[in-house]
Amino acid sequence: MNQEEIKTRLLEILEGIAPEIEPGELESDVDFREQLDMDSMDLLNFITAVHKQMGVNIPESDYPKLTSLDACVAYLISRI
Amino acid sequence: MTDFCMPSLGSDMEAGTLVEWNIQPGDEVHRGDIVAVVETVKGAIDVEIFEDGIIETLLVAPGTEIPVGTPLARLRACGEKTEPPSEKPAPEKLKQEEPVPTPGIAPSPGRQRISPFARRRAKELGMDLSTVIGSDPNRAITVFDIEATAKRLKAGLKTDMNAMRAAIAAAMSHSKREIPHYYLSAKVDMEPCMHWLETQNNQREPSERLLPVILIAKAMASVMARFPEFNGYYTSDGFAPSKNIHIGMAISLRGGGLIAPALHDCRNKDLDQLMSEFRDLVERARGGHLRSSEMSDPTITLSSLGERGVEEIMPIIFPPQVAIIGCGTVTEQPWAEGGKLSVRRGATISLAADHRVSDGHRGALFLSALAHQLQNPEKL
Repeated sequence: MNQEEIKTRLLEILEGIAPEIEPGELESDVDFREQLDMDSMDLLNFITAVHKQMGVNIPESDYPKLTSLDACVAYLISRI
Repeated sequence: MTDFCMPSLGSDMEAGTLVEWNIQPGDEVHRGDIVAVVETVKGAIDVEIFEDGIIETLLVAPGTEIPVGTPLARLRACGEKTEPPSEKPAPEKLKQEEPVPTPGIAPSPGRQRISPFARRRAKELGMDLSTVIGSDPNRAITVFDIEATAKRLKAGLKTDMNAMRAAIAAAMSHSKREIPHYYLSAKVDMEPCMHWLETQNNQREPSERLLPVILIAKAMASVMARFPEFNGYYTSDGFAPSKNIHIGMAISLRGGGLIAPALHDCRNKDLDQLMSEFRDLVERARGGHLRSSEMSDPTITLSSLGERGVEEIMPIIFPPQVAIIGCGTVTEQPWAEGGKLSVRRGATISLAADHRVSDGHRGALFLSALAHQLQNPEKL
C-alpha cells in the first residue's frame, strides 16, 4: 500500500467514526482526535479498524505518535 | 389477554412514534424479543416485550405518535383462546407500511439497500437517496428513514437536537427541583489500574483492549451490594433499592446531546464481557437501536469525562435514580504519601447522591470503598 492509498483508507475509517465530517474538511497536519472530537472509544475503534483492514496492530504505547493524519500515514508506512 | 403498552424509556419521555412492527398477529413472542422500533427524541429504540405469548392484534399502525402507557398490541398467553377476527384492525394497511425486505441481496459496502416503498416515497419528495442514512446498516432503508431525513432536512437539522435538548432540560430540571443533591469527591490513586491496563492491553489485539471506564464500572458493581441506598429508584412510594446493578453509562452523542443507557448486570459479568457490551452500547447509542430495557433499567449512572482534561465532575442525578458517579481525567500529579512525594496518575472521582435516601457519611464510605476497590484491579 502506498502513501495515498493508506491516507484514503484512513479517511474512510475516520468518516465511519465521524460521519458528519465533509470529505476534504479534515486538515491532515492537525490532531484529528481534536478536530473530530474523538473520545477514547472512538480512538479504540479507529485503532481496531486499522488493525482489521491493514493488519497493523498499533500498541497503546504508540498512540501518542498518532498526532495527525500525516503522522498516522508515516507511522503506518514504517509498519506495513 | 394482556396489553403490550408503549413503555417509558426514561423519565424524560412522554411519547414515541411507532416506526415499525417486527411481529404480526399470530406470532409467538418471548420475553426480551424485540417486537417494534419506536422513534424517540433519543433516536430509534428497539422495544422488547416483557412476557411470553402470542400476538393477538396490533392496535397501532406505524407512523403514529403514541403517549407512554397506551396499548400497542394485544397478547394472549400460549394456549389461550383466540378472539374473534372482527376485532383485528385492517391488516392490509399495516402491511403496506412495513419495510419490504429485499431477499437474497447482501448489502454491499457503501451502498445501502432500500425498500421499494421507501424508494417511491423518496422520489415523491424529490430526495437524493445518498443523503438518507438508514436507522440500521444491516437492514434496508425504510420509508420512515426517508420521512425522518426529510423532516430533518426541512428543519435544517435542528428539529431533533431541539427535541433532545428539551428532553434533557426536562429531566435535569426535574432532578434539580426535586432531588436534594449532595456532592462528595475523592482523589483516587489510579496508578495500579493504569499499570494493570497497560500490561493487559499490551498483550491484547485492539478489538480486545479495555478502557479505564470499564474498571470503574466494575469496581462500582463490586461494592454496590454493601451500599444499596445508592442503587435503585425513588418514586412516589419512596425509595426502592434494586437487586440488580445496571450502570447507566453516560455517552455523549456526536453533534450534541447525551444518553445514559444501561450496561446490564455489571456484578455478574467480567471485564471482557462488560467491555464488549460497552462497545456495542456506544455504537448503538450513536448509531441507533438501543433497546427499551437499556433506556429504562439504569439503577445508578457513571459519567466519565476523561477525555478533555476535566478535573472533576459535579454530576446531576438522572431521576428516578438516586446517585451518579463522575470521573475526571486521569493525570499525572504530585502525590504525597508516607512522608514522601512522588508522581502518580490519579483521578478525582465524585458522587452526587439523593439526600432523601442517604447521608454524606454513607456517601463517603461508598466513595472510599470504590477507591479501595480500584487499588486491586486484578481482583475486579
